[in-house]
Amino acid sequence: MPLLKISDLKVNYGAIEAVKGISFEVPEKSIVTLIGANGAGKSTTLRTIAGLVKPVSGTIEFKGEDITAKDPALIVSRGITLVPEGRKIFPDLTVLENLKIGAYLRKDNLDDDLNWIYDLFPRLKERTWQMGGTLSGGEQQMLAVARALMSRPKLMMMDEPSLGLAPMIVRDIFDIIREINRQGITILLIEQNANMALQTADIGYVLETGRITLTGSGKDLLTNEAVKAAYLGT
Amino acid sequence: MDKKIKIIIYAALLVALFALLFILEQILPSYSMLFTVLKKGAIYALVAVSMNLLNGFTGLFSLGQAGFMLIGAYTYGIFTIPTEARSAVYQYFDGGIINFTVPVVVALVMAGVAAAIFAYIIGLPVLRLKSDYLAIATLGFAEIIRAVFQWKTLGPVTNGSNLLRLYPTFKSVLFPFAVSGICIAIIVLLINSSYGRAFKAIRDDEIAAEAMGINLAKHKRLAFTISSFFAGVGGALLAMYQTTIQASAFKSAMTYEILLIVVIGGLGSVTGSCISSFLFIAASEWWLRFLDETTYIGSFKVPLLNPGFRKVVFSIIIMIVVLFYRRGIMGNKEFSLDPIAKQFKKRFRRRKEVVGSNEQ
Repeated sequence: MPLLKISDLKVNYGAIEAVKGISFEVPEKSIVTLIGANGAGKSTTLRTIAGLVKPVSGTIEFKGEDITAKDPALIVSRGITLVPEGRKIFPDLTVLENLKIGAYLRKDNLDDDLNWIYDLFPRLKERTWQMGGTLSGGEQQMLAVARALMSRPKLMMMDEPSLGLAPMIVRDIFDIIREINRQGITILLIEQNANMALQTADIGYVLETGRITLTGSGKDLLTNEAVKAAYLGT
Repeated sequence: MDKKIKIIIYAALLVALFALLFILEQILPSYSMLFTVLKKGAIYALVAVSMNLLNGFTGLFSLGQAGFMLIGAYTYGIFTIPTEARSAVYQYFDGGIINFTVPVVVALVMAGVAAAIFAYIIGLPVLRLKSDYLAIATLGFAEIIRAVFQWKTLGPVTNGSNLLRLYPTFKSVLFPFAVSGICIAIIVLLINSSYGRAFKAIRDDEIAAEAMGINLAKHKRLAFTISSFFAGVGGALLAMYQTTIQASAFKSAMTYEILLIVVIGGLGSVTGSCISSFLFIAASEWWLRFLDETTYIGSFKVPLLNPGFRKVVFSIIIMIVVLFYRRGIMGNKEFSLDPIAKQFKKRFRRRKEVVGSNEQ
């Protein structure tokens, strides 16, 4: 049984059909990526899984449980977390407060998790008492990832983690994604940086104007002529 | 600084403050402007902090404060006017329909609860709105409340458009300080709790807060209800201070005054709201009084000093303050003794070193 199973999902924004019936699966402990151009429906898909947007039809199953159109809080507590597009950290809260908000629904002790986070992101430890808004772009992205991890997720969804970051930093971020995955957390990643995403991912789906048009392993898609022409620019 | 020592120092300062107020009351005449400013300042500090909880900490731009204060003031007045005085107060309504009284402290809590209940009910539809639209809706609510309380049909309860009076008031400045102090302390505890953190997260980024599992509607309603509770208590205190209650006094201008205090103090700073509240009241009621008086030096009439000139100078001062302190006096920081203590320690250590080197 896959960890996450999406069946025939349709999402509208008013009269606009953003997602026109897509189905895909995310196996446990894998890295899965959705690639596609602007407006393909990638972000909408993630936001719908997180419960922030309600679908018109279709189902979302997580570990066999139907979580379609459930409350975002319930979805977080089931073990799904979203690293939103553009980081969206809380600028006027300290780094530590940002992390604590990530664990808002948990009532247990956070010390172990904070140590774990600070091991993964030593830079954040140095900046514990700094306001989130004063961090650099790369550090903010790390904080966004760390904040999401504080909910102890089983599935972490990431919306364009490389957006607006220097190539060096992007490489760091993808190293961390691989490291998190190695520790047993399943990753669902959407990216415009298709090259980087497909190199990292076990499975890739290509999304075009609300439909999935291609499926394959990351490596297969990297060498696929159509993908090359449309997304890799080679 | 050690946490225990810190608590002791702050407690000592608090005791010293109350002792100072007590002594001042013994030596200064009770009609001194100082007491007017302190009493009204303490009350406005509470109302400003409660508004800051909403506007500064949760990011909800609400302008209903005067409405909730009105509810608090009326609740307090209606339930504390002594039964024997009711026939005099409700002279046009046969003594009114309520003929029992509750103790002052109970009435203060009831004032808060009444305002909170109203807030909860109107919050259900209104909190779906954002920023300016929320401000307009809450402002409208406050105006409606004011009209409803003056409605003749409700006269047996609210005394219509007539004054409520003869209810228990306070003489000592210690009373508003104690009540406001306790209320502000509760708000500070709330802000520093995980609920407060969620409020600030909502203020910073609603979408991210929701994605972290924070229930937006529930938390906004909570902040709105709690803020209104304390606005209600503040309204009751204001009623005690003014010794009479009339709905027409709780105009939107009162909300703007409080908003001004909050903005000048700094959105998101409790101590900022407190400091600016006292400064605001002192400047508007006391320090600038002389500008309204026609003054002669010898036979020379000082120009501009006419009734009304005070308001002009006051407005200019506010503009200057806002120009130089864009984010308010305190920004979103809190006043704390830590930097002062650090300064002291540095001096002390330096002196020690100097003494040490002299001894060699």
